[in-house]
Amino acid sequence: MIRFIVRRLLQLIPTLFGLSILLFIWLRRLPGGPETAILGERGTPEMRAAIRRNLGLDEPILIQYGRFVRRLIRLDLGTSISTKREVTTEFLQRFPGTVELTVTALVIAIGIGIPLGYLAARRRGRWLDHLSVGGSLIGICIPVFFLAYILKAIFSENLGLFPSSGRQDPTLGATRITNFFVLDGLMTREWDAAADALWHLILPGMALASIPLAIIVRITRASVLEVLNEDFVRTAEAKGLTENVVRRRHVLRNAMLPVATSIGLLTGGLLSGAVLTETVFAFSGIGAFLADSISQRDYPVLMGFIMIIAVVYVLVNLIVDLSYSLIDPRVRVR
Amino acid sequence: MTIISGKKREKIDRLAELAARDEERGVSLWQDAFRRLRRNPAAIVGAVILTIFVLVAVFGPFFVPYSPKDTMGIREGVVRVGQGLIPGHSAEHWLGYDHQGRDVFSRMVVGARQTLLVGVVATLIGLAAGAMIGGVAGAAAGLGGRWGRWVDATLMRFIDMLLALPSLLLAVSIAALLGPSLTTVMIAVGMVSVPVFARLLRGSMIAQSNSDYVLAATSLGVRKSKIALTHVLPNSLAPVIVQATLTLATAIIEAAALSYLGLGNPDSALPEWGVMLADAQQWLGIRPALAIYPAVAIIITALGFTLLGEAMREALDPKLRK
Amino acid sequence: MALLDVEELSVTFSRRGQRTVRAVDGVSFSVDAGQVVGLVGESGCGKSVTSLAIMGLLPRQPGLQVGGKAVFDGTDLLQLDDRSRRDIRGRDIAMIFQDPLSSLNPVIPIGLQVTEVLTRHRGLKGATAAKEAAQLLDRVGIPDPKRRLKEYPHQLSGGMRQRALIAMAVACQPRLLIADEPTTALDVTIQAQILELLKDLVRDSGTALVMITHDLGVVAGMCDTINVLYGGRVVETARRRPLFRQPRHPYTVGLLGSVPRLDAGRGERLNPIPGSVRDLLPWADGCAFAPRCTRRVDACVGEPPELVRTHDARSYRCVNPAPLPGVTPQPQPTEATGPAPAAEDEVEKA
Repeated sequence: MIRFIVRRLLQLIPTLFGLSILLFIWLRRLPGGPETAILGERGTPEMRAAIRRNLGLDEPILIQYGRFVRRLIRLDLGTSISTKREVTTEFLQRFPGTVELTVTALVIAIGIGIPLGYLAARRRGRWLDHLSVGGSLIGICIPVFFLAYILKAIFSENLGLFPSSGRQDPTLGATRITNFFVLDGLMTREWDAAADALWHLILPGMALASIPLAIIVRITRASVLEVLNEDFVRTAEAKGLTENVVRRRHVLRNAMLPVATSIGLLTGGLLSGAVLTETVFAFSGIGAFLADSISQRDYPVLMGFIMIIAVVYVLVNLIVDLSYSLIDPRVRVR
Repeated sequence: MTIISGKKREKIDRLAELAARDEERGVSLWQDAFRRLRRNPAAIVGAVILTIFVLVAVFGPFFVPYSPKDTMGIREGVVRVGQGLIPGHSAEHWLGYDHQGRDVFSRMVVGARQTLLVGVVATLIGLAAGAMIGGVAGAAAGLGGRWGRWVDATLMRFIDMLLALPSLLLAVSIAALLGPSLTTVMIAVGMVSVPVFARLLRGSMIAQSNSDYVLAATSLGVRKSKIALTHVLPNSLAPVIVQATLTLATAIIEAAALSYLGLGNPDSALPEWGVMLADAQQWLGIRPALAIYPAVAIIITALGFTLLGEAMREALDPKLRK
Repeated sequence: MALLDVEELSVTFSRRGQRTVRAVDGVSFSVDAGQVVGLVGESGCGKSVTSLAIMGLLPRQPGLQVGGKAVFDGTDLLQLDDRSRRDIRGRDIAMIFQDPLSSLNPVIPIGLQVTEVLTRHRGLKGATAAKEAAQLLDRVGIPDPKRRLKEYPHQLSGGMRQRALIAMAVACQPRLLIADEPTTALDVTIQAQILELLKDLVRDSGTALVMITHDLGVVAGMCDTINVLYGGRVVETARRRPLFRQPRHPYTVGLLGSVPRLDAGRGERLNPIPGSVRDLLPWADGCAFAPRCTRRVDACVGEPPELVRTHDARSYRCVNPAPLPGVTPQPQPTEATGPAPAAEDEVEKA
């Protein structure tokens, strides 16, 4: 187990190394540079050159890369060109929002998707089955940002049930500790702040959950249908076990294996969807900031954020693989 | 001479027979799949949607009543955005005007062609690049040896790298590199599906080369390169074709997302549904239908591709075939 | 009175747009307490469906119809509701399946799979249940049972897995045990051990056993009474010795003729029964076996043959049965080729 984790983490190093080279070259090839973003089209060549020198962009690319790596080893990702703050600080301030949103979406998707997929499989061919299969097909085909707009228009602008933007009501003056607003609220016992942050998460969470929900429903349904035909379910029935035990211990447990795999793979898509959802709901996560950083050519931010996201993605999949080996004893992590 | 037990010999005989029949099996696989596809109502619905879509996309633009960039509504003073005036459907303008006074129906029809173009080209880019990487990796893994394994591992590391990036981020950075245009969207969306195709083709090639009939062909003394070309590749293609159909759906949706982030085609003469949807977001308060039309068109088209792709997957699934 | 009385059990599957399939078409047999009864037939004859129907384990699907009666200890199992059926299953009637690997849940340890029966029907929990489970594993001949309880099915050998399944089946000392091809998936040496184990368990506990198999060798070794099934019906019932000595139904004759024998000469060929069980409604127009039968006469077609009862609890369903030794064979209208001479050899030998 430990060896497996260590090996997977070691494998991460060449991946990150390659990714950083790729990104480095790629970003430097983007037309324009931070000087254009700072000065606009009017700056004199001298001013441009001064800024480039200041940022160390006039040096050969190899030296720039070497400096980047040297800092990276000390876990220093440099300073943002546009906000003049440490990239790590920016990240720690914004990423919690995205994580909260992604986790909310995942909780909604799993919480609804697994029971719905299970029920659809048990009532195969009935209306609930048709409804959930049809619904999941449409769910996959709706553009996330459009769904986000519709939800916002209906539930927040027309019905006024949910807030239409932001992460929390700023007038609450909530204390910040981790920047996970819900967590902060719970830690400081500011219950209203926690509830308000949670309230702000529901609509964007629902929009972001649509695609994972659809996928989880489909996979759960297919997987349960397959497991229901397995011999060991028949054995369990032959033992006279109650329906509840058969369902929980024998059907669901085995049906969860493919679902667990798919959840790991969904993470990448969730982060993409989060960028769009955050934009619609003016939700301050990494989404809008990243989009801005691209147009501002804020190299340190782009490099840092993308690298950290890649690490997070790999770690999530590592955790999924580990939990997989916990549910399925046949899979031995080596 | 080695002694082969009766049971084993029997197995080899059976496999050899299978391999000999493989040619005809290959044909009947597709015929069988097609027959089952025709019986599946979901496939029929998907095929009908796609036929209409393709017909409109190919021939529609020749018959549109107005030019998609003609801002006649503003010229004639019918559309006054400042006063919240964007007229809806009428006898002359079936779907009304957009915020710049252009005929929405004409734009939708021309948009169908652009959307189809984006979807197809993006998928082809992803398919070509992905199949090349995956095919080489799969063949290398199949050949084995130190070199084969090295090539396979290197290519797969590269693919892992692409996968470690959220797809939209990848697309956005490509789009930023190339500047907003239709080509940008195609390339960016195509790149996102490269790792998917690469992994799929590699995986199914490895699975195929470990299969019984390849063992049989090998035991009959067929050359490795010939096995790869005549047996492994054709049989690995089925999942790739299914994936391509499904990717067409996601490509159209992702293109819309890129347009929404302002990276779509700015050329108003060649509207694309994604751009239309993105533009319409601003006017939701005045005329939500402007967003509804392209959104519904995108959803239905994506649904068509998904239905057909899923039905094809089912039809080609060996587990369900009997 | 018999422990289990199956009367005219029928199972049909009808699906929209497809023809109705009659998998079991009026099977009747009975099992006395402590008796070992065999259900024999080739694949597709309905023997497994019969057992699943008795247990109420047929996959619930629209178009499934189960008719007839299966009276166990005075109650008709087919009329019970789901809950009472679950109470009986595993406690009074237990079942062992063909493929021990796929019949065990791969993701939970053997121990829990044994104790869950004890918990359900005997209310045992925690350490008591674990202790009892270890004893059960020990009883079915699994060495080091305490360690095995913590292991998963994939860590056990094929024979061990089947032993574990048997342990689960006998956990509540059921009065009836149904074994559906319990040895088919196992190696020949292991087969013998498992059969021996089953025989011991049945003898020691007085459990009645229904042995479902296609393998006459299995039946010959342990059954008191044998029912031969064909096309979803019992075609011949007899006690073991008379059946092997004097099979009356041509199908039974054929089955015996297709078993390889050590005492047969080297040059002699096996006599397989030509064809296979195929029809959707096998008994609709006459004897289902008629198309493959070497003793076919005109009367075979038209009406399905009546059950003929003879002395010593034997019955068969045939209008032109194989003759008993000492009785002059009737002249045959059909040419007797293939298995027939061998079958008569068999009879003469007996």
